[in-house]
Order: sequence, then C-alpha cells, then structure tokens
Amino acid sequence: MAAPTSATADTRPAASVPAPGKAQPPQRRSVTAERPNYLAGVGSFLLLAIIIIPIYWVVITSFKPQSAYYTSNPMLPAEPTLENYQAVLEADFMRYFANSVIVTVGATVPAVLVSFMAAFAIVRGGRGRFLRFTNTVFLMGLAFPLQAVIIPVYLIIIRLSLYDSHLALILPSIAFAIPLTVLILANFIRDVPNELFESMRMDGASEWASMWRLAFPLTRPALITVSIYQGLQVWNAFLLPLVLTQSSELRVLPLALWAFQGEYGINVPAVLASVVLATLPILALYVLGRRHLQAGMTAGFSK
Amino acid sequence: MTSGSIGARQHGSLTWLVLPALLFFTAFGIIPLIGVLVLSFTSWNGIGEITPAGFDNWVSVLADPALVHALGVTFLIMALSWLVQTPMSILVGVFLAGGQRYRAVLAVLYFTPLLLSSAAIAITYKALLDPNFGLGASLGVPLLVQNWLGDPVLAIATVVFVISWQFIPFHSLIYQGAVRQIPASLYEAARIDGAGRVRQFFSITLPQLKYTLITSSTLIVAGSMTLFDLIFVLTLGGPSDATRVLALDMYLRGFRGNMMGPASVIALIIVVVAVLLAMGIQRLGGKDANESRMEGA
Repeated sequence: MAAPTSATADTRPAASVPAPGKAQPPQRRSVTAERPNYLAGVGSFLLLAIIIIPIYWVVITSFKPQSAYYTSNPMLPAEPTLENYQAVLEADFMRYFANSVIVTVGATVPAVLVSFMAAFAIVRGGRGRFLRFTNTVFLMGLAFPLQAVIIPVYLIIIRLSLYDSHLALILPSIAFAIPLTVLILANFIRDVPNELFESMRMDGASEWASMWRLAFPLTRPALITVSIYQGLQVWNAFLLPLVLTQSSELRVLPLALWAFQGEYGINVPAVLASVVLATLPILALYVLGRRHLQAGMTAGFSK
Repeated sequence: MTSGSIGARQHGSLTWLVLPALLFFTAFGIIPLIGVLVLSFTSWNGIGEITPAGFDNWVSVLADPALVHALGVTFLIMALSWLVQTPMSILVGVFLAGGQRYRAVLAVLYFTPLLLSSAAIAITYKALLDPNFGLGASLGVPLLVQNWLGDPVLAIATVVFVISWQFIPFHSLIYQGAVRQIPASLYEAARIDGAGRVRQFFSITLPQLKYTLITSSTLIVAGSMTLFDLIFVLTLGGPSDATRVLALDMYLRGFRGNMMGPASVIALIIVVVAVLLAMGIQRLGGKDANESRMEGA
C-alpha cells in the first residue's frame, strides 16, 4: 500500500475536517501537528496490514470449495462458490440468528430504559439519601467484574426455573449493563439546562412528563450510543449462554459458531462462512451508522 | 457529584424511578457477589444439594499449586498484552487523530475487529494457525509453520497476539478521541518555542493522555482478569494448562469438574485481585483519575 505518500500527504495546515454524514456527534476537532509523522504512519500501515489480512483471508476462504482449500494459494480467491454459505444456512443458522436478535433486543432495550429512568431520578432528585446511595451502588458496580460471579447467577437461574431459556440470558445481561449505562446517561441528563425543566414545570408538566418529553429526546445520541455498546456486548457474549443454556435450539450465534466448529471442524471454509454470516448484521450496522457505532464501542471510556 | 439542581426540593416522588434498575442489579449483581462468598464455604456439584463445607475449599484451593500457576499465567498474559497494546494503541490513536480524509478511510478498515465476537476471532485464528493446513503451511513460509497452539511458550505468545489483534483497535479509538481533545494552542505554543515532533509528543501529547492511559490500562487489566471466551475456544487452557487463566480455571473447576465450592473461591480471588489492581492503577494516576473516568462519554 501507499505508505510513503501517506506520510507526506499531511503537509498542509491542520485540515478542518469536512465531516461527511449528517448525524455525527460533535467533538470533531483536528488538532495534530502539520508535519509528516513517519513513525506513526509506517507503524499504522503495518498494523493495518496485520489486521486486514486475517479478515481478507476469512472472506475469500469462505467462498472456496473444501477441495480448493488445501490446494489453492491461500491469499487468492479460487473457484468461488456459495456452497459453504448454503451449508451453514441449512445447519439452522437462521434460528441461531433469531435467538441472538431476541436476546440482544430483549436485554438491551429494557436495560437502557430502566437505566435511563434511574439516571433521570439520580440527576433530578440527587439530594435524596436513597438516590445517592443507589448512585454509589451503581458506581461500585462498575468496579466489579460481574462475569466472575457466574456461579451464583447460575444458581439463581436454576432456582427461578429459568435454566435453558432465553430469559436466563436476558435477565443477567440487563443487570450487567446497568451500572455503565446509568453512569453515561446521568452525565448526559446533567447537561440538560435546568431552565428547560423549570419551564416544563411552569407549564404544569409532571416530572414523568419532562423525563419522556424533554430529557429523553435531548439525550437521544447518548441513548443510541449506549444501546449500541450494550447491544454489542450481548450479541457477542459467550460465557452466559455457555453456562445458562443447553439445548441447541436456544443457541445464540457465538455459541453456535463454536458448536459448528466442533462438528464441521475439518470443513474450514464452511466454518469461516459461519463466521462471516454471524458478523454480517453488525457489519451492515457499521456501514450504515459508523459514527454511532464507533462512539458506541467506546461508550463511556473516551472522554 | 450531583451539580445541585435548584428545583430539587420536591423530588422525593422520583425515588421509585430507580427501583427497576436497582432491582435488576440487586438480583443479578449484588446478590451473586454475596452469593459467591457464601458458596465458597459450601460444597456443591452444580445439581444436587448445597452443603456447608467450612474452610475446606479455601484450604484446598490455596494449597493447590494450580492456583499459583493460573495466577501466573493470568498476570503474564496481562503484562504482555499491556506491553504490546499500549504503545501501539497510542501510536495509532495519534496517527488516526490527524484530520486527513484518507485516515478516516483507514479507520473504517482498521476498526473491523471490534465487530467480531471473541468466539469468531478464536475460530478464525485456530484455522489460520493450523500447522498443517493454515496460512503459513499453504504459503510455504517456514517461519509461519509453527505449532502455534501446541507449544507452551508459543501458545502464550499466540494468545497475546490474538488479544492484541482484537483490542488494539478499541484502545486506539479511545486514544484517538483523547488526542482530538488536546487543545491546539498547546501545540502552537510548543512550536513557537521550537519544540520538535518528538519533544511535542513527550511533553504535550503523552501527559495530556494520562487519564486515557489510566482508563485504557484499567480495561486491559480488568479484561485479562476475566479473559475467557477467547482462550476457551482457542486453546481450552492448553497445551497442558499453559494458557489456563483464572477465569478458565474457575469455569473448568465449576462447570466441568462439578466443584462449585472451589470454583467460587477462584471467582472471589478474581474479583478481589481485579478490584485491587484497578484501585492501584487509579492510585498511580493520582487522585483525580476517578473523576476523569466518571466524566464518561
């Protein structure tokens, strides 16, 4: 790739970035120095190659027939075919896909809604003892690696007779998402000018009404961002489904991929086709809303 | 933390709004945290009855050399992945923060690993690194034809590589955001003073990234303490326990070995060590660090 040109290309003054898409979050200020940064440039291109090559390999290999896998040059496409995709789709892929959608939506939407309500209460009624206590509990919850307490979660799920159901995945996922979501949303609700709430009240609106009619629309970007972040966490989760479900009809995608590899291990192109298919929906989202997705992936971690 | 909102007098009625979230978090966050402590003093095979076991689990786990081994492997992977990820993520973050449009295009490609699940990544690398049929073998590059996952030392290196492959884009993204927020005036002042690029990097960029470095390091440490999916699919702790990290050890003891008591002891060790390390990093970074993290998105 064009590494040398890249490094020299930035001799002009710090370009004001023409942000393409419309609905991007603010904070686009370009700031770095003007002279070429060869070290970072060359290093970044090298790293880019390391990152792209495996992905490229997965994609082209997933279109090869199994026979060509062992004989063709691994870096070049050969005898493109859809048979692997067909095999994966016939192996109940759509069911696993639907399971993942159910669990992800079922966990993310309630998690964000209850977190939003909690964040609103914490910000708007923050003087109350109980609310301050709740806030502290959530903040402390951030520090604990909740995945580590999977054993008691398993016990609770068994006792609730929820073992091997989608609800078994949804309920703990909601709980695990709450601390970070509350923190992020509280920071955004805090930015809503108090005068707006005051004028809502003058108009006779209740707190409940100003929560949904004022705070909710004004924090929409943050709501989208945390939803994407938490949605990705649930979509890609492995340990919870591994421990809390058993039947193959209930498998979510990451678990299905793993099982698929166990069963079809020798047919590498088919296994890789399942990897591609499992990633496609997120890739589609990525293409449609890259900025939101990128913001979502670092939700709360970048200032 | 609450910026005293003026009309905060008659908001007692708001309290109930936190209840759903608090209920969920209590049921599947707080109770399990207490539960894991209780379970560590019991004997349970995962199906049958739970019986008290006193300190038996603690004694057996703490006396077990496997614990020291798992701790060692976890810390080794943590340290190595920090050493690989941090400099590279800063480098790439700084590079991608530049305004040029081609960098934005690069960024699109660059962040693709963030979309993949750990399971998908592990499956990919398992095939890719196969000594007989993988990429190295088919390309005929002897250097790449190693028993990547079959040799204890290489397996650790491979795990660190794959972790870095997966997460450097994520950390770069955090650094990129932070670099963009450094006031341009700082660089202008430095240039007027005749500071070169390297000088600028070390005396402006790096100090300004301090809190981001703390956040990123905390995430790497916390991630290593709970590292599971990737290793479970890629090596299952092998070869012969060479990559058996704590979280995997907990799972295997509990759900494969049907010994939930000892597994709960491991779980508690994970929680305590993770919290202590996170606090240590925050302490290292000065007392404002907490604040900076709390500022959120």
